Amino acid sequence: MNKKNLQFQRKVLPKSPTSIHGLDEITGGGLPNGRPTLVCGGAGCGKTLFAMEFLVRGATKYNEPGVFISFEETEKELTANVASLGFDLDSLVKRKKIWLENIRVERSEIEQSGEYDLEGLFIRIHHAIESINAKRVVLDTIEILFSGLPNPHILRAELQRLLGWMKKKGITTIITAERGEGSLTRQGLEEYVSDCVILLDHRVNDQSSIRRLRIVKYRGSTHGTNEYPFLIDEDGFSVLPVTSLGLNYFTSDERISTGIPRLDTMLSGKGYFRGSTVLVSGTAGTGKTSIAAQFVVTACKRKERVLYFTFEESPGQLIRNMCSIGINLDPWVKKGLLQFHATRPTLYGLETHLTTSIKLINQFEPSVVILDPINAFVMGENQTEVKTMLLRLVDFLKMKRCTAFFTSLTSAGENMEISDVYISSLIDTWLLLRDIEIGGERNRGLYVLKSRGMAHSNQIREFKLTNNGIELLDVYVGPEGVLTGSARLSQETKDEAEQLLRQQEIGRKQFGLERKREAMEAQIVLLQSEFEAEESEALKVIGIEKARNERFIQDKAKMAKSRKGDIYIKTVGTKKNK
Amino acid sequence: MKKKSLTKSQNEKWLLRLYVAGQTPRAATAFNNLKVICEAQLKDNYNIEVIDILKNPQLARDHQIIAIPTLVRKLPLPVRNIIGDLSNVGRVLSGLDLEYYNESNSR
Repeated sequence: MNKKNLQFQRKVLPKSPTSIHGLDEITGGGLPNGRPTLVCGGAGCGKTLFAMEFLVRGATKYNEPGVFISFEETEKELTANVASLGFDLDSLVKRKKIWLENIRVERSEIEQSGEYDLEGLFIRIHHAIESINAKRVVLDTIEILFSGLPNPHILRAELQRLLGWMKKKGITTIITAERGEGSLTRQGLEEYVSDCVILLDHRVNDQSSIRRLRIVKYRGSTHGTNEYPFLIDEDGFSVLPVTSLGLNYFTSDERISTGIPRLDTMLSGKGYFRGSTVLVSGTAGTGKTSIAAQFVVTACKRKERVLYFTFEESPGQLIRNMCSIGINLDPWVKKGLLQFHATRPTLYGLETHLTTSIKLINQFEPSVVILDPINAFVMGENQTEVKTMLLRLVDFLKMKRCTAFFTSLTSAGENMEISDVYISSLIDTWLLLRDIEIGGERNRGLYVLKSRGMAHSNQIREFKLTNNGIELLDVYVGPEGVLTGSARLSQETKDEAEQLLRQQEIGRKQFGLERKREAMEAQIVLLQSEFEAEESEALKVIGIEKARNERFIQDKAKMAKSRKGDIYIKTVGTKKNK
Repeated sequence: MKKKSLTKSQNEKWLLRLYVAGQTPRAATAFNNLKVICEAQLKDNYNIEVIDILKNPQLARDHQIIAIPTLVRKLPLPVRNIIGDLSNVGRVLSGLDLEYYNESNSR
């Protein structure tokens, strides 16, 4: 049903893909095919570039040749300006993919006498379209005509005729216009171009500039209505439609090690989920970066790629510092598995940070991305914006199945859970590092504040940075509370002594028992032998008595025989009877 | 100085180009208006070239023509452009610097 609907929609309104990163997603496929689109915005907001990229991509990717009518820049200037973006206009022009035409109007040279029309412009555009069989046309700032030619009434009528004519020809057209006071364009061109209006904006917030794009209207099509940040860099235009992505990303059951065996155990034995978002927050010097570095090394050992955004340390400094705790990142950088990207958060606006990050992630395709630290972005009261940015980034990373690892610096004294609460909802696994001060000592404690989808440990572990990386130890929990550091050590030795004592006691008791058993067994043997002696004596006596008795009977029989009396017979008879 | 340049322009033959797009009524009007003005002001001291950009669109590009009809005074220099059907004679005269030309001629 849904698919049918889509197909139906496409039939009604075919679209020309722009191939501008992100724009096709917002517009649901591109600009309206065969219709004019108005791109307006102030000076320097990228109108010309937008239009040029539309043409160049159309010519190179979709085999739709394009005509660029420039009212401001000459062909040479245009070619030079976009060469920096990697567009080779000269070659495209030679191959008849692009037609550049500069239309120059200078007010001072022109006098009007009587009625005129813009047939000349029509013919030139027509000629250009025919020459290369163009499907796309750009009129880069057609409003220049208003300052160049007299009689705006004629101009308006003529422009309307021009747009109607282009529409009839089925040419996808971009018209650029300067933004006017209180209206979208200075000359009210939006009245004529009713199919699609895109507004580009370039503003400065807190000394950093942000470029934004908004689709003001798009007749006959649904579109993203937000203001989307965009970026112009060496690859041209990219728009970030990240908020439109939704939450339907792939979820993985795969677990990946944290690089710290005991931390794995705390996270129900297996570590983080792949593609989850991990936050390590803590006060200064609690070892956030070290946990990150340990994670990096483990990921690299699995031959996964890691992109490390560092906002406070330079890569060199970071590598050196990690070496001191036995984590060597350098080989992985050389192997190309680990890439650092170090910028100051103040270098550019949040959107630009986001766009650059996303671009880098797209280029490098890492499976682990580290942002160290994220709160470097928070300056003044921009927490909501930071959250939005991170939300976009997290969504993007989830879509890419990247495991995101953020660190966050909380200032001492603050309630740590609260100070990071603005991003809490984005985080799947949240580790908290804190200082534990006991007995004139400051030690590090680590615990899992939350970890979605796993039975994680509720224990605080002592967190130690050793020469061989990170070690987690049990903290001493006893009647005296949680002990760490030397307090824990002394308590542990005390406990050990006590245990030894108890063991000795047990040993002694066991020994005594053994002795008793031996004594008892000896007695048993003695009694048995006594009994055996008595028994054999008794058996002997019985034997003698038996023999004597026999003898007596035999003697009696003999006597009776010798007397020859009937007693013998009788005895014999009794014997027989018996 | 001024006089010199004026005498020069007096002797020079005027070269006027009228750009049109096809045989439209407006093109005809423009041509007729121009003819009348030139006859009145310049007598035989002029040449009118009519360029139909429909037949040769490349010329429109080369000569930067967008409005039709456009009258270009190629000679004498400087180049002057007048757009429209030339129905406003006063404008044409001032656009071509002919007022001044006639003044100096009659003097």
